Formats: sequence, structure tokens, C-alpha cells
Amino acid sequence: MPDATQSFPHLPSAPGVGYKAQHFIDILNDPGPVGWLEIHAENYMGDGGRPLAQLRVLADRFPISVHGVGLSIGGETRLDPDHLARLKHLVGWLNPASFSEHLAWSTHDSHFLNDLLPLPYTDATLTRVADHIDEVQEVLGRKMLLENPSSYLAFDESTYSETDFLRELVRRTGCGLLLDVNNVFVSATNLDYSPHGYIDAYPLEAVGEIHLGGHDEDQDDHGAPLLIDSHGREVVDPVWALLDDTLAKSGPKPVLVEWDTDVPDWPVLAQEARRADTALTRVLA
Amino acid sequence: MISQDRFHAGLLNPEVAIPEGLSDGQNRPAGRRYGVYRNNVTVSLRDALAEGFPSIVSLIGRENFDHVARAYLRQSPPTSPLMMHYGAELPAFIGGLEQLKHLPYLADVARIDVAMRQSYHAADSTGIDPTALQALDEETLLQTRFTFAPSMILLRSQWPAGSIWHYTLRGGDKPQGTAEDTLILRAEFDPEPVVLGAGAAEVLMALQNGTPFGTALDAAPETFDLGTLLSTLLTHHAIIDLT
Repeated sequence: MPDATQSFPHLPSAPGVGYKAQHFIDILNDPGPVGWLEIHAENYMGDGGRPLAQLRVLADRFPISVHGVGLSIGGETRLDPDHLARLKHLVGWLNPASFSEHLAWSTHDSHFLNDLLPLPYTDATLTRVADHIDEVQEVLGRKMLLENPSSYLAFDESTYSETDFLRELVRRTGCGLLLDVNNVFVSATNLDYSPHGYIDAYPLEAVGEIHLGGHDEDQDDHGAPLLIDSHGREVVDPVWALLDDTLAKSGPKPVLVEWDTDVPDWPVLAQEARRADTALTRVLA
Repeated sequence: MISQDRFHAGLLNPEVAIPEGLSDGQNRPAGRRYGVYRNNVTVSLRDALAEGFPSIVSLIGRENFDHVARAYLRQSPPTSPLMMHYGAELPAFIGGLEQLKHLPYLADVARIDVAMRQSYHAADSTGIDPTALQALDEETLLQTRFTFAPSMILLRSQWPAGSIWHYTLRGGDKPQGTAEDTLILRAEFDPEPVVLGAGAAEVLMALQNGTPFGTALDAAPETFDLGTLLSTLLTHHAIIDLT
């Protein structure tokens, strides 16, 4: 397999989309406002075949963000050396414009649970996650971005707010942040705080990328709203408003639309990207 | 402090109580909020299995498949973050299920789904130029060893597994009740299960073991059709080297 080494050193402050194989031809024919693409790292860890062949073609045209969903950076045990080696191989092959992962855990007792599980924000978690980020950045030889989670519950033992926790991780490790404004909206609704207050407290200077996505609506045992991060529909208006608020404070950033389940035809996703483009244009004006 | 051990314990087992020390942010117990994670884990693994086993979903229906998948994922959650490999042991699990004993061919059809996915993600390779084979004189040909594409996978079955796979996913003739060998071939990016004629699997297995062509043919019965096998292999770029 020839190298797909990219010549794009940074993600542009433009709209991007989460790449889905069914959109390959559409994206090559008419990407619309889309200026970059994000892939889930684990889907490109096979030995060959269509996924890697498509990625090689796309990497010539678009800056690529590699977004990991399986490293379990918040895990209590050490990072899986095999998985780190696979990431190093992919990142070395592609030399992508960005690499990011989640503030979450997904592996326990060698079982991979395919979900982003929550962490208590304590000193012990902080030390452990910072050590893991240090290890990732050292193995990959690059700075990584860390994404804030969607939360459905809180830990009684937490002693940090999420924004303070993230700020301290940035200070200790030098990592950047991936700010998912849909996750902010979901968590703020679920745990009853102000999403705009969260943005006010968030270390925006460390943001290298912003995520947007759709969520589902449910209720908890008391009839309180319980939003579920599903990436299966359009971004809702309050999340677009939160994006505007964020961009007004942060300035233009790479903004990604995620749509991972019930993936629509390309024109629907391109329309979401166009809306992100409008938000970015407003900040530049 | 809630260890990940405790948080994990109830995710795949609804009998386990929700850990204490989790709240809704307003000092009320988390309750069904913990259930969101429980549901996410189960649904995402179940859906990944359904996507990976289209022939089994088609043969027993999605609802029945979901029951099988739920039992399997509780017993055998993934052991790697590479979901492309998840479910490799589902065929054996299906073969051991009492409720599915009346469909004895199901496990072998499921093995085709697994092999199709393996082939899809296998390393790329370039097939030999067919004229290279034709250019060899008979004596050299008989002593030649074949190297096959990493995407080529041979499956043997005492059931018409390949024909059932085609019948349920692509339509076509109703399968007859005979044993069948199936060869997964990937000409470019799309794997294809090809049902083999008599004796072809024996010859292929000998060749895969590095046996020279002439000796491999000794394993073949009278009814073996060499021309068909060679043309199938060559059109799918499955022979990648001759030595």
C-alpha cells in the first residue's frame, strides 16, 4: 500500500463532515462548502480493501481529521499497546491534519464496549488521563485534541467541573481540545446547567476543532428531559445558536457535522455543512 | 468511589443493580440514566452484528436475530476496538443453540458472512497476468507452486451453504441438499462467494499448502473440472504469484 501522506498541516476554519463510504462519489463530484473530512480511526485499521483505497484518494484532495473512538483514554488500566501501535501506523501512513480522541473509557477487562463511558472528575482521574494523553502524544509524535463527552448522569465523587477538568488537562499535557457543542447542549440539558455558561467557562483558546451533531429526546424517571447523543438527525436550532455564541468568542474554527446513524443522502448532509459555513461566514464578516 | 469494574458490571447484565453514587446532577439517583449506557452498549453491539451477518438476518428475521445477538454479546463482548472483526465466533455460537437446531446449515452460512467481511478488509494484491500461466510448458506447470490473494478464503460445508447464501440475499435457484464448498474471491474491492465444483476444494487446499500443481491435481476426482477452476481464479485475480 503506497503512503497516503498528506500535505495539509492543519484543518481549515471551514465546514467538514464525518466521512461515510456511501458519499465517496458525491464528495468527489461536488463537495459544496465542505473543506475537510473526518474519519473514525478504527474503520481504517484493516489490511487493505476499499476503505483504505478511498481514504488514499480523499487524502489527496481534503485535509483529513483522524478521530479515534476506541482508545479508552479514561480507562483505569494502561492503554492497549496493540491499539496504540495501530494508531501510530495509521497516523504515520496518512500524516493527517489532526488526531483526536474522547474524554471517556470504552474498554474494561479486555472487553470493548463500543460506547463512550463516563468518568468522575477527580484528582485521581486527572492524573491517569493526563498520563494517558502524554503517552498518546509521545507515541504519535504529535499533539492530540480531546473531546468533551455527552453526559447522562453525574458522579457524586466529582470535585472538578468538566471545564476546569479539561483546562487542567490542557495545562498538564499541552493537548488541544475538540469542543462538541452538541455534547455541551446534551450534558447541560441532562444535568440542568446553562450551556452558554459552560462555553463561558471553557478554555476556548485550546480549541482545535468543533463538533456538531443531532440528538434524540427522552425523559428520565422524573419526567425531566433526557437527551441522547445519537448522531442520527439534523442539528437542532439551540445547538446552532450555541455554535454562534462559541464562534463569536473563539473566532473561526474547523466545524464538523457528524451524522453516523440513519445516514442521509449527500444533499442533506451538505445542507448541514452549508449551515455551518453560514455560521463561520458570520464570524468573519 | 465507583470503580469501572462496578460501572461495567451492570452494562451487559440487567440483573445487576445500578451502582450508587451516580445522580441526575440534582442529587436524585441516576435511575434510568444509567440505563442509557446499558442500552447504548447493547444496541450498538447488536446492530454491528446485524450489519455483519446479513444472510442470517435474512434467513431467521431481524427479531429472531436480535435475540441471538443479545445472548451472544452478553457472553462474548468484543475483545478489540476493531469492530470489523466482531462476531467471528457467532457461527459456532449459532451452531450450539438448541432453538436453531432445526436449521443445521445456519452456522456454515454465517461463516460465509464472516469470511466476506475478512475478505473485504484483507490486504490488496495484484493477480498474475493469465498469459504467464499459458506460457509455461507442461512439465514446468506441473512443478509450479501457486500463491493466492490474501482476500481468497475457502469454506467447506456438508450443507449447500453457498447456494443458501446466494438464495437468501440475491435470489436465484432454490438450493439442493448437497454438501458444498464455497470460495470467497475479491477481484477488486467487492468479495464474492463462488460455489465450487467437485474436487476443487481438495486441489485448492493442496495448492494453499504449497504443493506443486501436478501433485495437487492427484488429489482430484475424475469429475474435477480444472478449466473452470483456473478461469474462476484468474478472472478474480486470485493467483498472485507462480514459483
